Amino acid sequence: MTGVGPAVVVEQLTKRFGERTAFADVSFEVGYGEVFGFLGPNGAGKTTTVRTLGTLIAPSSGSAVVAGMPLNAENGPAIRARISIMPESPGLYLRLTVVENLQCFAGLYELADARGRIERALRAVNLADRAQDLCGSLSKGLRQRVALARALLNDPAVLFLDEPTSGLDPVAAREVHELITSLRARGVTIFLTTHRLEEAERLCDRVAILNTTLRLVGKPDELRERLFTKKLDVRVRTPLDDPGQVFGALPGVQGWDQVSSGYLLAVSDPDLAAPAVARALVGADADILSIAESRHSLEDVYLELIDEDVEARRR
Amino acid sequence: MTFSWTRVGAILRKELLDYRRNRFVIITMAVLPVVFVVLPMIQLFSVPASGAGSASVVKLDTRIGLSLLYMLLIPAIVPSTLAAYSVVGEREQGTLEPVLITPIRREEFLVGKALAAFIPTLVIAYTVFGVFLGAAALFAQRDVASAVFEGSHVLVQLLFTPLLAGWSIWVGIAISARSRDVRAAQQLGTLASLPPLVVVALMALNVITPSSGIALAFAAVLLVIDGFGWRAVAAMFDRERLVTGGTARPLDR
Ligand SMILES: Nc1ncnc2c1ncn2[C@@H]1O[C@H](COP(=O)(O)OP(=O)(O)O)[C@@H](O)[C@H]1O
Ligand SMILES: [Mg+2]
Repeated sequence: MTGVGPAVVVEQLTKRFGERTAFADVSFEVGYGEVFGFLGPNGAGKTTTVRTLGTLIAPSSGSAVVAGMPLNAENGPAIRARISIMPESPGLYLRLTVVENLQCFAGLYELADARGRIERALRAVNLADRAQDLCGSLSKGLRQRVALARALLNDPAVLFLDEPTSGLDPVAAREVHELITSLRARGVTIFLTTHRLEEAERLCDRVAILNTTLRLVGKPDELRERLFTKKLDVRVRTPLDDPGQVFGALPGVQGWDQVSSGYLLAVSDPDLAAPAVARALVGADADILSIAESRHSLEDVYLELIDEDVEARRR
Repeated sequence: MTFSWTRVGAILRKELLDYRRNRFVIITMAVLPVVFVVLPMIQLFSVPASGAGSASVVKLDTRIGLSLLYMLLIPAIVPSTLAAYSVVGEREQGTLEPVLITPIRREEFLVGKALAAFIPTLVIAYTVFGVFLGAAALFAQRDVASAVFEGSHVLVQLLFTPLLAGWSIWVGIAISARSRDVRAAQQLGTLASLPPLVVVALMALNVITPSSGIALAFAAVLLVIDGFGWRAVAAMFDRERLVTGGTARPLDR
């Protein structure tokens, strides 16, 4: 199910529980067909955001449009019919079989052709052969997949996945990653929360970093670029006599630092600056060992943000 | 969106499937009725042979009334434990949130839960009562049997079984929706199922002079409570609190 306009629009949304702020002043948009990552440490407000957008809890202020419908009390059932949420814990009826669990939810969604939908959902998560197993007998990873099948039943316009791999072993986590990738290929709009950076980086088209407030939103590589000026890592055999004179006047070089291995230059465009730096070094009679762009992983961005936050809280 | 019986049915069916494999429920449904029918059975067969004096007839009638009253504990208590489990139990298992994420309305959820407690209770209570009546007809002394079947005993029993069950269910679900843990909910629910039974007891013991008028008035009151109970309970059903409240929260933030 797709529509015109964004799948989710959130404007200055805030949720407080009494004195405690779960998240504040959060604004972003998610487009149809996009996999949107909501990244943040434990307690950042991810689950509360998902529950708010899923109409389970009411925001304290701000507004949102979910699957084309304004978020308010009257639209609750209609919004819930169009979206689905896979919560942090699968919450299956353990004394019921896989297919009995799905039948219950097919009924709750009033699906026509429940049988066909259940079969398709089970096939989508590679569980067709476990349909008659009791959920209580399944491993954690398989339960997570049943929960995913349940979330796919109503063919949601937006699929919210709340920490879909938390507590899974690496193999089960990879299977869930593969399932998400295949859903993405099918054009399903996914809102994925995670505290794991490599998960966000690997699976998402865009990532928002949340720690009560929204820190950054962007494509994974944009985030790196936006936070860090680019660096050139210059190594020479012996230290320069007057590095200030060599680097100072070069176009595109904004600053430099001496480090143990050589020099770290802040540049606006490494591709333009590198040849100029090389020429200047040659002109200064230095023996160049290497000139390389120093790349920052998204992890650096993330840790920097979280760090910033810790400092902010200490103040 | 209007009230959907499909969704009610989905909840009901799920509950009934779950009961089959739930040892606690099976024991509750099997043991309690047996407990509550043993005493009436003993009464049925331990009545001494007596003359036809009017005093002893009244006494016999009271004894039968008490036995039957005892059996009314089945519709009062069996559903109260089920109902008290219904909301807080799902919450503890973590299965409530996935349900509340669907388009279900709280009234649909509550009616499904109530029916899931009501239907098995009715089946069990009527079955046990049927067995009791059968035993009375076939094996009891003649004057005992006629005391069972004459008068309004059977009618009262048939009438009050669903009415008492309805009370227990709504009160139990209301308690369940506001409780933090299953145990407390079930203890409170069992207690709360008893007050209407006290009224029935007062009538059976002739403290309140039992007349068909009083019985009918009381039945009517229960009927109204049962019929509108879902509204009161729905008002107590707070989606947000049920989803977020009472779970462990990190304290370091
Ligand atoms: N019902 C609640 N009452 C009080 N505080 C809550 C409640 N739910 C969540 N919080 C608080 O809101 C913050 C965000 O929680 P949560 O959304 O669960 O974070 P995340 O999913 O990112 O780990 C936390 O500080 C948490 O303690
Ligand atoms: Mg969370």
